[in-house]
Amino acid sequence: MRLFHWGMAALVVSMLAAGLLMVTSLQPWQYTLLNAHKAFGVIAIILVMARLINRLRHKLPALPSELSDGQKWVAKASHWLLYGLLFAMPLSGYLMQYFAGRPVAVFDWFRLPAALQVDIYNYALFRELHGWLAIALIGVIALHVGAALHHHFVRKDNVLKSML
Amino acid sequence: MKYFYFALLLAPTAGLTANAPPQVSAQRFVDLQQGSANFAGFRRAHAKGICVSGEFRANGKLADYSKASLFRNGTTPFTGRLSIAGNNPTAPDLKSPVRSLALSFTLSRTEQWRLAMNTPPVMAVADPHTFYQQIKAIQAGPAAVKQFFTEHPESNEFLAWAGQYQPTGSFAAETYHSINAFYLVNANGKQHAVRWAMQPTVSVAATDLHGDDALQQEITARVAAKPVVFDWVFTLAEPMDDENNPTKAWPDSRQQISAGQIVLTGTTAQLEGDCHAINFDPLLLPSGIAATADPILRARSAAYAESYRRRAKEQLHGALAGSNNE
Ligand code: HEM
Ligand code: HEM
Repeated sequence: MRLFHWGMAALVVSMLAAGLLMVTSLQPWQYTLLNAHKAFGVIAIILVMARLINRLRHKLPALPSELSDGQKWVAKASHWLLYGLLFAMPLSGYLMQYFAGRPVAVFDWFRLPAALQVDIYNYALFRELHGWLAIALIGVIALHVGAALHHHFVRKDNVLKSML
Repeated sequence: MKYFYFALLLAPTAGLTANAPPQVSAQRFVDLQQGSANFAGFRRAHAKGICVSGEFRANGKLADYSKASLFRNGTTPFTGRLSIAGNNPTAPDLKSPVRSLALSFTLSRTEQWRLAMNTPPVMAVADPHTFYQQIKAIQAGPAAVKQFFTEHPESNEFLAWAGQYQPTGSFAAETYHSINAFYLVNANGKQHAVRWAMQPTVSVAATDLHGDDALQQEITARVAAKPVVFDWVFTLAEPMDDENNPTKAWPDSRQQISAGQIVLTGTTAQLEGDCHAINFDPLLLPSGIAATADPILRARSAAYAESYRRRAKEQLHGALAGSNNE
């Protein structure tokens, strides 16, 4: 569970950094990084699905009882928002490539199918969505990290320690 | 250890010697290409073009070098585009110094190939940042161009070509070059650096051409009368040839293999055709073809993506605005 959490966190932060870096670059490594971004992005979606199944099957440690109902609701809602974004992020990336007629190669292992006929409107939709979702994800991650630090340093409870 | 990280941080700046041009982002490059004009929904380069359709008839001779399915004996259909360089979709055909052919092969759901080729056999410069300076010089006028070329001796082969090039009277009579090199990869994983050219099978003098759309009208009438054929000829590099430098042609003595014929059988105005929606990104490759490290080739993919993103967004906005008015 913890390994999963921190592995996923490292993957998603690297994906965000790679994405933002590669879309501005004309350097020879841009193509290499983009191919890695797509391949690791496909791995991310598989991991997110595995994690969701895991989460639904196991009971989580309870939130500290001194939290108000409102705070608990915010904590839960923000977690589901995070899952939603972690799922929508790679899905929009894949669909953007699908509609642009670009098969996605996951290293040399396999290739995901693409549309036989390019659909530029759907490409545009998912391309822009991928960018907007990235901004939303960065925001939610910032909140999530902020909340964890708040628990640790201000409330001095066990929430962050239980994840280390 | 600390110094190691420090060195990593500095590494990207180490390339910036006194003579190196400033590094340009994809956005800045495409800004320069599109210029102050705004032709919403159109390509930021090679904006004027016409869709073509047809098929590649392979003779099987390249199948030992590349496992891409289209090189096996047989035919593969394509969607293509004939265009002229420049950011203006209504520019006069005959004013552009460069003519182009782009092809898109859909081999299967998991294998596609896009190609974009130009009339010159070599580039004037070897990296995108210097190319940016070249375009700026062209925009500034003849004196700046002259100055640019004196400072860039790597342009010599390009200038020699440009000095003797005579534009023909038809898109059908031009030779279209890959310029950048690629690797062919065969079933055993063996790779071979190549460049290719689409060589015309007709010659057409540049007489009797009139109007802004002279070349588009000519090719439309020609294809309607009879298919237009090109030979697809590959040049194989020897170990001493540099596949990563698009300013240097390889010697004429290199082995050449004709892989078959490109046959154009139909034309359609770009706004009505399939080609307008396609990004002919030269790094969208099937198994059996791989990218070289040529800095120009790598930069093309990134710049085409930025141009494609802009025009796709504009087309989507246009379509949404249009449907609201209905
Ligand atoms: C956790 C998953 C992912 C994250 C966090 C992520 C993040 C990003 C970010 C931040 C950008 C830059 C966006 C912008 O500047 O507008 C980007 C671009 C891109 N992403 Fe992803 N991405 C993910 C998964 C994927 C997947 C699965 C694919 C495709 C299979 C993909 C394909 C792309 C492409 C092609 C671009 C660049 C598009 C262009 O140059 O126009 N991404 N990504
Ligand atoms: C660093 C160098 C280059 C840059 C930055 C560049 C940039 C661009 C851009 C932004 C487009 C519009 C893409 C789109 O919206 O679909 C384009 C189109 C095109 N480029 Fe380049 N280009 C470069 C070099 C070359 C070279 C070397 C060739 C020829 C071998 C070439 C051939 C073409 C062709 C044929 C098209 C039009 C394709 C079509 O019909 O859609 N370009 N270029």
